[in-house]
Amino acid sequence: MAEPQDLPNTGPDAAAAQARQFISFRVGDDEFAIDIMAVREIKGWTETTVLPNQQDYMLGVLNLRGTIVPIFDLRCRFGLGLTTATRSHVVIIVAIGGRLLGLLVDAVSDILTVNAADIRPVPDVDQPIDNAFLAGIIPVGDSMVVLLSLENLFANHGPANAAIAA
Amino acid sequence: MSTPSFGSDELAQFRRTFFEECTELLADLEERLGALAAYSSDVEGLNAIFRAVHSVKAGAGAFGYTVLVGFAHRFEALLDRLRDGKAELDERTLAALVAAADVFSALVDLARQGETPADDFGADVAEELSALLKGETQTTAPIRPTASAPEAPPVDRSYRIVFRPNAELFRHANEPLYLIRELKALGTLTIDCDLARLPAFEAFNVDDAYLGWTMTLRADCSPAAIAEVFEFVDDECELIIEEIADAQAEPEVVAPPPAAEAEATNSPSESKSSETKPADAKTAGKTGSISSIRVDLYRVDRLVNMVGELVIAQAMLAQQFIETRKQDDPGALQGFEHLAGLTRELQECVMAIRMQPVKSVFSRMPRLVRDVGHKTGKDVRLEMSGEQTEVDKTVIEELADPLTHMIRNAVDHGIEDADTRLAAGKPAGGVIRLSAQHAGSNILIHVEDDGAGLDRDRLLAKAIDKGIVPASAKLSAEEIDELIFSPGFSTAAAVTDVSGRGVGMDVVRRNVQALGGRVQVVSTPGKGTRFTLVIPLTLAVLDGMVVAVGWEKYILPLTSIVESFRPGRGQIRVVPGGGEVVSIRGEFVRLIHLARVFGVSEAVSDPCQGLVVLIELANGSKLGVVVDELIGQQQVVIKSLQDNYDPVPGISGATILGNGRVALIVDIEELTRLHDRSARAVDTTRLPIAANA
Amino acid sequence: MPRKILTVDDSRTMRDMVSYTLKGAGFEVLEAEDGVKALGVLANTRVDLIITDINMPNMDGVTLVKRVRAGGNHASTPILILTTESGDDRKASGKAAGATGWIVKPFAPEKLLSVVNKVCPA
Repeated sequence: MAEPQDLPNTGPDAAAAQARQFISFRVGDDEFAIDIMAVREIKGWTETTVLPNQQDYMLGVLNLRGTIVPIFDLRCRFGLGLTTATRSHVVIIVAIGGRLLGLLVDAVSDILTVNAADIRPVPDVDQPIDNAFLAGIIPVGDSMVVLLSLENLFANHGPANAAIAA
Repeated sequence: MSTPSFGSDELAQFRRTFFEECTELLADLEERLGALAAYSSDVEGLNAIFRAVHSVKAGAGAFGYTVLVGFAHRFEALLDRLRDGKAELDERTLAALVAAADVFSALVDLARQGETPADDFGADVAEELSALLKGETQTTAPIRPTASAPEAPPVDRSYRIVFRPNAELFRHANEPLYLIRELKALGTLTIDCDLARLPAFEAFNVDDAYLGWTMTLRADCSPAAIAEVFEFVDDECELIIEEIADAQAEPEVVAPPPAAEAEATNSPSESKSSETKPADAKTAGKTGSISSIRVDLYRVDRLVNMVGELVIAQAMLAQQFIETRKQDDPGALQGFEHLAGLTRELQECVMAIRMQPVKSVFSRMPRLVRDVGHKTGKDVRLEMSGEQTEVDKTVIEELADPLTHMIRNAVDHGIEDADTRLAAGKPAGGVIRLSAQHAGSNILIHVEDDGAGLDRDRLLAKAIDKGIVPASAKLSAEEIDELIFSPGFSTAAAVTDVSGRGVGMDVVRRNVQALGGRVQVVSTPGKGTRFTLVIPLTLAVLDGMVVAVGWEKYILPLTSIVESFRPGRGQIRVVPGGGEVVSIRGEFVRLIHLARVFGVSEAVSDPCQGLVVLIELANGSKLGVVVDELIGQQQVVIKSLQDNYDPVPGISGATILGNGRVALIVDIEELTRLHDRSARAVDTTRLPIAANA
Repeated sequence: MPRKILTVDDSRTMRDMVSYTLKGAGFEVLEAEDGVKALGVLANTRVDLIITDINMPNMDGVTLVKRVRAGGNHASTPILILTTESGDDRKASGKAAGATGWIVKPFAPEKLLSVVNKVCPA
């Protein structure tokens, strides 16, 4: 469990262009990753205040040191059903386009340092998750981690062309 | 001694100050100008306008905004003649002043944006100013010779300088000794002191100058440079500066001024250094010069937010304490109460920092009334009161649009033309009253005209025509008046140049509601119309009632709550279509279940098991909100949901409760629309009920 | 002890500029926004020089000069009036009221300091 400032910074420009860091986490049996630059905080799940009449993946809002932050159930966003959140679940707070939001995931796995060149495009295969949510595939050993596109995941909850720090 | 030039940072800072100041000066100018009337002799007003123009001009000069300076110069010249009574403030002049103020303000804006105005910018107005200044050679000011005198000749020249101060020289605190020193700095100086005018001791007046000097200066400077030394005294002395051909310098005998002279010159001011004690200086600095300070708004906002956090943290701490200690420690409990009191007081103090008089918005209105009156050919007078009423700065900024619109409407549609007024037995000129006052934690703003009142027949016909109400609807007079707030409703018979830009009173109501406020209208046919805005003093805190619905807690704005009660079985009626009403004191009030519109499960569904919170909406109608129970009232710190999320219908914001959880603040006005939306198919009860009421 | 100067101007911009220039040259600067406030400052503090604008609300610069010259602690304290080019007659009235000298607005910082040093040298 790490705050972004504890993490090694992406070094000088030339190197940063090549090596990028991602946080990987687990939702169900799958591993996903997001750019570490977008991550503001990682915290344990606490009860949210439900907002009326929202999509079911919108779990409500949390008080994050005085800021009201909306929390989204990633599993549900993928169309895989609601997570029954417990204290062992984790919320990753990310910044997208100037807004803060929380992603409910099962557990945080690792920090990956990946060469940009090693990120593969998403193969066009049938799978349950909307392809638009996926930004690429990161091979890790003989397994793989799916890189998520935060912009597309929450395209309808924020500035349309919001770009995460990448 | 160092001689700093302004660096770019300082200049940028001065420029910021300048434009901030311009904004204030222009607002004041607007206000004063708005209060001017033709043929009046409001010298104080003219003085104030002159000062505003003058101040802007001085600053503009410092930053090299030459076009602005040039225009200000003419503007100022006309104002100067007016205040000196050399020109008359007739209609034409007044119009010119108003036009000049526009150009002036536009020039300031251009300067602010770093743009250079076109050469002919405001030329017509400038010409009109010049024409009003008549033939007087008032055009461009002579440029003073600058400090750098004409080219200094390369070789030393010799000058004879005779300097005989008049007796009163000291009375202006001019000091011959300094002048002589200054001359000495130019070159080699020989001094002869002339004691001839020194009186007998008993006739000696220490305040008078008696001595004179004849000096020879050998220096590589021009006569002008020498004259400049005497710049401030040349009309208080006999002064001769002449170049002498003989270039050979006399032996240098720089005589210190004779003792008597030193005494004479120094005596009035010698106590200068000895009397000033550091302690004096300190206290004086405190009491004398500074009564207010300027603080970046960002810092104040942060302070407000931090204190908001403090209030929440304090509440959380107190709650945890009470829960864990079960109140068995009265001392500590008392301590918590004290802390709570202090915290709230601190919050009030901090909120007060952002409070500002509504004057800054009100002051734009006289001008508006005159402009619109002019365009519509109506004679309308604006009376304002309560301009000093204070409200949070964030609220003030949001007031300008609604007020502008309502005032414009009042002139355009409210006030009748002169003939109609006369025919109705009214004075030809109409009056609009704009007033502000505090009412609890709200500010009340009235916009009242003495016009014809709302034309209800036309309003209703139009509403039916637009399908806003069914043709068969029977509406009360108040309900018809309310129609002007309906979306897309234009009240003018013909869309006019002035008001008909598609912005209706619905926008005003929306703006006001966005501020957590309400707008009401009361109209009396033939007598006039009065709009009332009720707006919270601040957007930062809200007096709320915490209510429980299922597992959720919501905040209802306390200002809208009339009462709460548990209805008896017989008070509840189900109207055709499924809607529920509660009968209270003979009035039928529509019920809305918060649990149903917000989709909360495990909530009380029978109003007779829960509570009905009776709410008065902005339009004066009532609504019963069904909740499980009341938790209690408290002042809450308003947090925006929309910083990080989209608007949620029915929710105006959020706050953080003592337990650290987020609670949502209910937007009660929106609630009725929510309910309408979800139940439109069946809920046709609204109008019949209203008609019953 | 640094020389102490009171600058009187209703324009914050002008006060800031005068004050910044003088402070940079080692002066201690007090500020007042009109003649009345200036008299308040002068009642409590001994200053070595007064620099005042002419056009101000409540009490203008010429009246201030007259009041200061009328007697009291600062009757013989140098007073500079800040004036614009167009204000020749006002400059004269300032002078007639008892001002020591004047500074033309807008001013270069160097010019301000040279005039200040002229009437109030160290």
